[in-house]
Amino acid sequence: MSYTEVDRVEGEAGDFRVTLLKKARYVIESQCTGCNTCVEYCPVKVPDSFNQEISKNKAIHIYFAQAIPLITYIDENCLYLKEKKCRICEAVCEKKAIHFTQTPEKVEIKAAAIILAPGFDPFDPKVRDEYGYGKMQNVVTSMDYERLLSSTGPYEGEIRRTSDLKHPHKVAWIQCVGSRQVIPGGNSYCSTVCCTYTQKQVILTKDHHPEAECTIFHNDIRSYGKDFERFYERTERLPGIRFIRSYTSIVKENPESKDVTIRYSTPEDGVKEEEFDMVVLSVGLNPPGDARELANKFGIELSSHGFCIIHPTHPMETTRPGIFVSGAFQGPIDIPESVFTADGASSQCGELLDYRRDKLTTERVYPPERDASQEEPKVGVFVCHCGANIGRIVNVPSVVQYSLRLPHVVHAQEQLFSCSTESTNQIMDVIREKGLNRVVVAACTPKTHEPTFRYSLREGGINQYFFDMANIREHCSWVHSKEKEESTQKANDIVRMSLARSCHLESLQDFDLPVNKTALVVGGGIAGMTCALSIANQGHEVYLVEKDAGLGGIARKIHSTLEGLDVQAHLRDLIRKVYQHPLIHVYTDATIAEATGYVGNFITRVTSERGVIEIKHGAAVIAIGAEVYQPTEYLYGEDDRVMTHLELEEQIHKGEEKVIKAESLVMIQCVGCRNEERNYCSRICCGESIKNALKLKEINPKMDIYILFRDMRTYGFSEDHYRRAADKEVRFIRYEPQDRPQVETGESEEGRPVLKVKVTDYILGNKLEIDADIVALAAATIPSAGSKEISKHFKVPLGPDGFFQEAHVKLRPVEFGTDGVYLCGIAHYPKHLSEAISQAYGASGRALTLLSHDTVIASGSICEVDEKKCMGCGACVDACTYGAIELYETRQGKKAKMNPVLCKGDGLCNTKCPTGAIQLKHYTDEELIAQIDAAVGDV
Amino acid sequence: MCTGRVDLAFILRSFYNRIDGVYIAGCRLDECKYITHGNYHALNTVLLFKKVMEHIGLNPERLRIEFMSSAEGSRFAETVNDFVRKVRTIGPIGKGEGLNGNELTSRLNQMMMLIPYLKIAKREKLSSHLKDREAWDQLFTRDEIETLFRELPSYYIDPDKCQACMTCAKRCPVDAILSGKNLIHIVDQGKCVKCGTCLEVCPPKFGAVTKICGEPVPPPIPEEKRTIVRKKKEKGQTDKE
Repeated sequence: MSYTEVDRVEGEAGDFRVTLLKKARYVIESQCTGCNTCVEYCPVKVPDSFNQEISKNKAIHIYFAQAIPLITYIDENCLYLKEKKCRICEAVCEKKAIHFTQTPEKVEIKAAAIILAPGFDPFDPKVRDEYGYGKMQNVVTSMDYERLLSSTGPYEGEIRRTSDLKHPHKVAWIQCVGSRQVIPGGNSYCSTVCCTYTQKQVILTKDHHPEAECTIFHNDIRSYGKDFERFYERTERLPGIRFIRSYTSIVKENPESKDVTIRYSTPEDGVKEEEFDMVVLSVGLNPPGDARELANKFGIELSSHGFCIIHPTHPMETTRPGIFVSGAFQGPIDIPESVFTADGASSQCGELLDYRRDKLTTERVYPPERDASQEEPKVGVFVCHCGANIGRIVNVPSVVQYSLRLPHVVHAQEQLFSCSTESTNQIMDVIREKGLNRVVVAACTPKTHEPTFRYSLREGGINQYFFDMANIREHCSWVHSKEKEESTQKANDIVRMSLARSCHLESLQDFDLPVNKTALVVGGGIAGMTCALSIANQGHEVYLVEKDAGLGGIARKIHSTLEGLDVQAHLRDLIRKVYQHPLIHVYTDATIAEATGYVGNFITRVTSERGVIEIKHGAAVIAIGAEVYQPTEYLYGEDDRVMTHLELEEQIHKGEEKVIKAESLVMIQCVGCRNEERNYCSRICCGESIKNALKLKEINPKMDIYILFRDMRTYGFSEDHYRRAADKEVRFIRYEPQDRPQVETGESEEGRPVLKVKVTDYILGNKLEIDADIVALAAATIPSAGSKEISKHFKVPLGPDGFFQEAHVKLRPVEFGTDGVYLCGIAHYPKHLSEAISQAYGASGRALTLLSHDTVIASGSICEVDEKKCMGCGACVDACTYGAIELYETRQGKKAKMNPVLCKGDGLCNTKCPTGAIQLKHYTDEELIAQIDAAVGDV
Repeated sequence: MCTGRVDLAFILRSFYNRIDGVYIAGCRLDECKYITHGNYHALNTVLLFKKVMEHIGLNPERLRIEFMSSAEGSRFAETVNDFVRKVRTIGPIGKGEGLNGNELTSRLNQMMMLIPYLKIAKREKLSSHLKDREAWDQLFTRDEIETLFRELPSYYIDPDKCQACMTCAKRCPVDAILSGKNLIHIVDQGKCVKCGTCLEVCPPKFGAVTKICGEPVPPPIPEEKRTIVRKKKEKGQTDKE
């Protein structure tokens, strides 16, 4: 339900009654086709709020190009609504979808649980005069700039200045706008995402205009996320890019050119002023504007920052039972965290509502499938405008006309958005009316919408594999935006090739695999245990396998978090719950000897002190954690006054005299990572060091504490603790990677044996020598030694840094390409405790989407052996990395045999086969050769 | 489907269709999201085919493979533009090499028939994982390819030894053996993929199949002489014709 707000919430967990207010859109949803005719005729032009008010829209419009539902609404600028005039839209609408008599409607729904995902609001720089935003035309926010970069943006993907519509050549970004500021209107926390989104914008700017000069004025660069460090380096290495570590002020706007002057300073040149064509304010993340109101309605509490209060051990729970939260309403977080908190919230709802699972579901029933395998091909071609994405470049009507002239084509038409419900229904209707047995949709990539159209075929009563997608967007209109005529020609070629293939397509059947309802969780740390408990709480048996003699993992070495959580108490509680849970079987001192099988049907052999057992399970969760780097630098291992941050924490906890009574203590950050060998940031060490420093200051306020750092990466609310440490006179000294600190043994002036720490202070520009009693090293988090083996057993990949590689770094952060195997905790990448817990719930949420079903569907596009043609050479067996093919003896010699459930459809075997005996269904030699032949000629 | 699905036959078919250049884009090496790493296989296919192109007198620069991620649109555009420029300078296929149309068709046709053989003979190398770029060009050498084609084997059934037992015919994966009860079997050289199955399965007591390298295959026995007249083994039993 879009355009709807929550009015009132009553009841309690398991039985909420929610009153919704469906606003009047003055358009009947079921009748509007999204044709946009009304928009064309509407005389009222208003700033387009979706495009940051840079371009104009009409009073009646579709909110944005991919809006769901893709239909119009009328906003308050409408002449009729204001002055009872006009009504042109009503007159031009052929579907009679416009109803000015519509009134807001109250809808009451019953819900057992509620998930809040209201997101965030970008910081509004207008609250601070000094940015000149709203006054100087060429000062824009990063959100404005994001729209400028977008192909559906105000200038259709061209970066232009509002003042003169010119392409800016010199662009500056100012970081931390509205973040890390303790000033009225600012936020004290770090907004977490701005450093990296700025780098993305810089890269895209260089893609648009290779000559562009980009300057980023920044404080710390917080590339703490997975792959972010490499992304940062990639940006830095682009030509014409400057990263300048400086505070800035916007001085003035040139009255003629409208260029903007920024004042900044560098250690070399002191204070400087420089003019830029455009200045982008990298604005931070605010809580949603209506957070307070929302909190009141839902009866939840907000933190002092205005975000939802969450508990570190239950990160998706609000202060009110039955109401959960996911995404940035928890605080500023990036996309992967948003995604797994969403999965996590679903898992927590699942725990609450498991006793009612499946009570309200109805299965989707498709009409019976017509056997079209013996029919002559009758093809329907649907050519998509994709709004303006394709239609602006490719002449869509002419592609339709062309298609109609091709053999076997009995129907061709254009569609505004083929993926809209309206259009897919239309495809379905045409299949029935004209008896189509093949469908070609010329639109975008099958990656996004193939499943959508396959549903239409099924609904239309024909086999879903009688479908091919001709990509005329990514492969055509997007890459040939400047060659309109040729792009239409190319679209014709692509459609013809697709048609040729489609005529050879065969009907294939997906198959249902039974799902074993048991889960295996590998790794008994906080993540593994949390995940196991959540799965077990939803009624599934769980085998929890731990390599050590006891549960707890690396958390056993952590005593508290920066926020003050008693980690050991939580751990004890968690271990107790795991052992007491009737559905969880714990195996310690365990190793995995072998894992075979496939989604829903794995068999894993585990060796433990209890002997060898064979576990049959439907899903596996990898939560094997990580290890701490054992430094070889800074006298570690040679001098016992040098220790890692975790060892320091342990000693503080024990009250070790030499540590807590030390006069001076130096912490060195980034030991063993952010270097060539480990080109990533360990994410957690900055917080860990701040935590130890604060703890020490609490015990011994007179201790001199120095933190030698490269960038302090206390992202999110940790920033407050960083500030607190600075206020308590913990001294922060930045060093450069090429000029690392040096540690030597020596004596202080008073003759006390000390560690001499030498470091260059870049602000003062001189060499410092610090006498330290203790040196603590922020040692890197490194992949677990067992990663490689686990990766092989479960056929899941490791990334370049040796951590497990999820299916998609942003959108599928707890899944693997291998179905039925999930990922959580620091085996994925270093992360803080509450993040690991969120991800553990996320993994359980994903695993439940599998385990809660009785069957899982496997693709019909797999390889098949024609035994007669097989010469038994075994080339296919060697090529298959999934072990899906084996040779077996027949009376006619050795022949290859497929295990269809293991086949992933990569088709390597097909390529290796000398005789064409093994064919990848849906991509057979015949189908692909037909497509290649059609590239040059007729079908 | 993976880049590794790109078959030697697809590339050849494109050139046969008078496509002037073939560009294959695969995922970045060592960044396979699965465990397949099929892009290495595609690389091997390309490296082999380039040598084949040299062998038949085509400019190998008409074929290129590049590896990139889906986020590297600019790299794709850059390399494709560069490739198109290159192919333009080489000129239309055949013409650019000074081959006339018939000659080109005949050479490509001949090669089409040899693809199965290439797959058999170079099976190991076609599954290499060459991480070192320097080694790419050395995977297949010119000499190796020359030798391969010079020593092209043919399989021949000796009409004097063949007992028409049908074993080879049944086992031939491509139905390249003309057979029949009491008919001396003949290898259809036009269909044969040179897999050697017939040689392997011909009963040792007959030993009728021979592998011939570097020499022409004797012409097939005339139709009228193919029938084997067997001696009557027992009274009353006759040969069924």
